[in-house]
Amino acid sequence: MSKEIVIPFGPQHPVLPEPIHLDLVIEDEKVKEALPSIGYVHRGLETLVEKREFPEYVYIAERICGICSFIHGATYCQAVETLMNVEVPERALYLRTIWSEYSRLHSHLLWLGLFADGMGFENLFMDAWRLREHVLDDLEATTGGRVIQGSCKVGGVRRDIDAAKLDEMSNGLDGFRGELADLVDVFLNDSSVRSRLKNVGVLSKHDAYADGAVGPVLRASGVASDARMLGYAAYGNLHFKPVVEEGCDCYARCAVRAKEMYASIDLIKEAVQKIPDGPIEVKVTGKPDGEYFARAEQPRGEVVHYVKGNGTRHLARHRVRTPTITNVPPMVKMLAGCELADVPVIVLSIDPCIGCCER
Amino acid sequence: MAYFEMAKTVLKSVLHGPSTIRYPAQPAKITPISRGRVVIDPSQCISCGMCMRKCPADAICVSREEKTWEIDRLRCHVCNCCVEVCPVHCLTMETQYSPAVTVREGRELVKITYVKPERPAKPDAGEKEQAGSS
Repeated sequence: MSKEIVIPFGPQHPVLPEPIHLDLVIEDEKVKEALPSIGYVHRGLETLVEKREFPEYVYIAERICGICSFIHGATYCQAVETLMNVEVPERALYLRTIWSEYSRLHSHLLWLGLFADGMGFENLFMDAWRLREHVLDDLEATTGGRVIQGSCKVGGVRRDIDAAKLDEMSNGLDGFRGELADLVDVFLNDSSVRSRLKNVGVLSKHDAYADGAVGPVLRASGVASDARMLGYAAYGNLHFKPVVEEGCDCYARCAVRAKEMYASIDLIKEAVQKIPDGPIEVKVTGKPDGEYFARAEQPRGEVVHYVKGNGTRHLARHRVRTPTITNVPPMVKMLAGCELADVPVIVLSIDPCIGCCER
Repeated sequence: MAYFEMAKTVLKSVLHGPSTIRYPAQPAKITPISRGRVVIDPSQCISCGMCMRKCPADAICVSREEKTWEIDRLRCHVCNCCVEVCPVHCLTMETQYSPAVTVREGRELVKITYVKPERPAKPDAGEKEQAGSS
């Protein structure tokens, strides 16, 4: 007769880069139930909106997350701009799209590396992060920051990219695609990776939808849902198709992210071709009043920025619903019934970003 | 089921050599617009305090009475906000990062040496009329 025991997992754990705590109820080697708890890195960033004027708050909105920082800043700007009826120049929207897709590339490469590390495949981890440097170099050369870009502002963008640099970036991505293909080949075809990921952490299509999964977790369960289909920024003018997999397991989630990187490269190349000339920002006057929900697709899934203005330079409320918090209930469902040794892989497969999630 | 998927990468890595650079013997990669640290030209600063008011991290403290400009390097998150709002462009962004510091060393105090230029003496009423007629 086996006995139930509770094993604490996290917030500090060798394979877990993020501070989430799970109480795993174990019977033999099987996880019966997982009880998540967060609250280790709360910083109170949303309250700061009352202390900083809305144009300066972009810097704080960007620092909600250290990986998908640009998209947080851009979504906040999008929310405030809609609230104030600001017409953002077309070129600024294209530049935002290009930087957003670069952010997605670097976030997915970071995740692939961490995932490989979680599986115990150290070489692959280093290879993924080596490739990521190419993306970070391009980001630094165009915005001035490797990870926190700081190039988005209410009413447009702060920096322009000249045509020669855009061409260089676009050509650089051709070579990058070849190297990426070698990396993705290992993730998707290597026998040891496949046997570690196939049929692990299965989340059915119904569960994914009913529990509110977003982003690659939802798309890996066969639901074609992607906030980029809304056509915000310049996505409406680009040919975008969401990447969907039917596998429902960790392998499918890995495959969605791997294939999304190719989609990002295509989007960047198309945006570079179509980018119009013109101004990159408009002067924003007035004070925001009213409320608005802005939605955007982050590497981890759909993010919602809610802003409420009260007719002053300070917003009354800013609320962010990050993708990780909605992916926790599906993760708990995936963990129920899995092997103890598969827990790190399953937790990492939702791409947890607890810093983002707690703010 | 495929095997030896890593073989190509392994061979490439063997022939290519290390992807990292030997920092600090070799300089780190820096672009002309990299945000490293904020520096001030104390001979230009008019102590208006815009940088202090706009700083999202409350890292800058300007004292008009004591004529000082202070930055806490550990609070500053190098967002470039102060450089953008400075009306006299006395703040600039250097591409080199600030060196590692302790809490006490991180507070950098700069004495402002700006001297307000004297206003040119008001021209006499008679001269003004002359200038107007000519």
